[in-house]
Amino acid sequence: MLSRTAENLYWLARYVERAEYLARTIDATLRVTALPAAYIGKTNEWDSALLTAGVAASFYQQYQEANETNVVDYLSFSADNPSSIRNCIEAARLNSRSVRTALTSEMWDTINSAWIELQAVWSKGTSTREDLAKFLRFVQETSLRFDGSAYRTMLRNDAYWFSRMGVHLERADNTARILDVKYHVLLPEEEHVGGPLDFYQWSSILRSVSALTAYHWVYRETLKPWLIADLLILNDTLPRSLASCYGNLVRNLDQIGVAYGRQGPAQRHARGIRNRLEHSNMNDIFQHGVHEFIQEFIADNSRLGEIITRQYLI
Amino acid sequence: MAVAFDEMNIPGGDLRPAYQELARWLKETPPEALEYRRQEAELLFRRIGITFAVYGEAESTERLIPFDVIPRIMSGKEWALLEKGLKQRVRALNMFLRDIYHGRDILRAEVVPDDLIFQNPVFRPEMNGQQVPHDVYVHIAGIDIVRVDANDFIVLEDNARTPSGVSYMLENREIMMRLFPDLFARHRVAPVERYPDELLAALRSVAPQSASGEPTVALLTPGVYNSAYYEHSFLADKLGIELVEGRDLIVKNNEVFMRTTEGLKRVDVIYRRVDDDFLDPLTFRPDSVLGVPGLMSAYAAGNITLANAVGTGIADDKAIYSYMPDIVKFYLGEEPILKNVPTWRCREPKDLAYVLDNLNDLVVKEVHGSGGYGMLIGPAATKATIEAFREKLKREPEGFIAQPTLALSTCPTCTASGLAPRHVDLRPFVLTGSRRTTIVPGGLTRVALKEGSLVVNSSQGGGTKDTWILDE
Repeated sequence: MLSRTAENLYWLARYVERAEYLARTIDATLRVTALPAAYIGKTNEWDSALLTAGVAASFYQQYQEANETNVVDYLSFSADNPSSIRNCIEAARLNSRSVRTALTSEMWDTINSAWIELQAVWSKGTSTREDLAKFLRFVQETSLRFDGSAYRTMLRNDAYWFSRMGVHLERADNTARILDVKYHVLLPEEEHVGGPLDFYQWSSILRSVSALTAYHWVYRETLKPWLIADLLILNDTLPRSLASCYGNLVRNLDQIGVAYGRQGPAQRHARGIRNRLEHSNMNDIFQHGVHEFIQEFIADNSRLGEIITRQYLI
Repeated sequence: MAVAFDEMNIPGGDLRPAYQELARWLKETPPEALEYRRQEAELLFRRIGITFAVYGEAESTERLIPFDVIPRIMSGKEWALLEKGLKQRVRALNMFLRDIYHGRDILRAEVVPDDLIFQNPVFRPEMNGQQVPHDVYVHIAGIDIVRVDANDFIVLEDNARTPSGVSYMLENREIMMRLFPDLFARHRVAPVERYPDELLAALRSVAPQSASGEPTVALLTPGVYNSAYYEHSFLADKLGIELVEGRDLIVKNNEVFMRTTEGLKRVDVIYRRVDDDFLDPLTFRPDSVLGVPGLMSAYAAGNITLANAVGTGIADDKAIYSYMPDIVKFYLGEEPILKNVPTWRCREPKDLAYVLDNLNDLVVKEVHGSGGYGMLIGPAATKATIEAFREKLKREPEGFIAQPTLALSTCPTCTASGLAPRHVDLRPFVLTGSRRTTIVPGGLTRVALKEGSLVVNSSQGGGTKDTWILDE
């Protein structure tokens, strides 16, 4: 297939995934900031939201401080923020148009009708909390529909695999970013001071990766920070864990390798990351520092993105 | 201006046979039902994304072309005549191009004056002596046809470069069949859906000799911001070929390749929807980023077929248009089946005198103009405009042609105040491959939605209709 087509499919999937993640982040932040101050402490959750979205620097060039109004606007509707939900959806639609021949009609319909629907939101914004909640739900549902229609209607060939790689690479990045921003509330020392304050922080983290229910099913335990870290990093049954993302990335890259009859640096690099995750346990990770581990992962993950681009997309 | 030919009603109250069933159906169908289907059609167009871009409009860069749900109908007999005429015309266009870029018999015979060719900016000296496979230059032609009476088809314009609109022909039919199954059950409408297959077969048949047994065809688009982008992606999809942009292609050793995830892959035939000027920055406009550097040298080496060929503009130029009847006669020795709009060439003193005497009634066009710019519409112009134009005309008569204002035929059309006649034209698509010329029965009917308007262009309030050829 054309390199440009593969590139568009890959980025299309990334943009949709990112839009969903941003919607979840805003959703989770709204919930936690709605609690009385005594439950969440003094941290500015809107600041955290900006950090996990990776746009804090550009935000503060424009604003003095982060609050609900300006962060929600910046993450959702801003035309200046290249990774706002709005720009993700716009970019997803543009990418879809460029690769219409490689999309199934169901995938195109999902993106195009969401884009049409959201034009009204861009021009009017959301005036009430209810509107905002509806908007955030709509974005998440769009991503689910897109994913579902890709899963149910695409031929299982390189087009599908490149699209899935976009999903998993973006997802791994998002999960890692939450951990990066919130790692301090997951440190074992906090165990003893784990009052109601941390409980809400923890449930907020899980909610932003849609893993709150999953946690209880996996551990049958009250919320414990090291188990949350375990779930998000090492548990490959959770679709948004780093381990699961890398299981999938390695599989997709292998499928492409087999189909094309050759492998390259992308396959090797992805396998390297997966092996490291497979052979880690939380004890070691905490001992060597969660923060360092996560930072290294984020760098490795983005390197994989570059390698895939060089090997296939240009 | 004469009274327009009504395609449905015979003066006196009778219906033309092709429209009888439709008229009966319209009588049974309440107006609300029509309006409801119209809205449904619009929704479908928007969801499928059948849009076109309007340049220079910041507000919305994508717009829908209004679709009228009342079909335009022709009898099989009428179509048979039109089809014959179209094949004849396109055959002549191809022979003319072959001649112009090789022996130039027609110039020596003084049927067409030299300067109209050699001083014409769309003449491509790069094509002199260049062999194109099977001598086909115009693989895809869109011939704009109008009717002014029951007996004649008149060619308004030959489009021999990169004619567009065929996606509307196909999508209009799809949507009509979805919305009006009952109406189709009552008519025998000739299908149009094999167009993509015919097109692919035609394109493959003209692959260069150096191509492999299964030639690779690609569609070259200027990209997602082009006004006809939807059509490009639609056709690539229906043909099952790659939709490429200039940056996807690379020329090595005079062969053309596309960049794929598995490395370079050779391309043999390019269905290009990029104009000559932008095809190759090394040969034509150096600032073009839409093209492929070196494409023309691969073309000269005979390793790639471009459809349509480079330089076909010389055949559909306004200055050449008026010679088309003579061109048909010269190459085929036949009387042209399709008529031309009577055209006065202001370069000829006799014609100029007539035009100057009748400016009030004529449409005067710049030979090299397009899109209605630099045009005088006599009946609609003020005295001052006409006088100003008169001076321009006297100064540079060879730059102009003049035509009478035509009363385009009308078809019943949905309007705010119910069904009413509106003016229409027709663009059928003529495909030429190595061995045969084919036309799917139908084409794109454009309709001027404003009352009395003769302008069918989508940028100026025109819409489209499904075109039915009845299989009798």
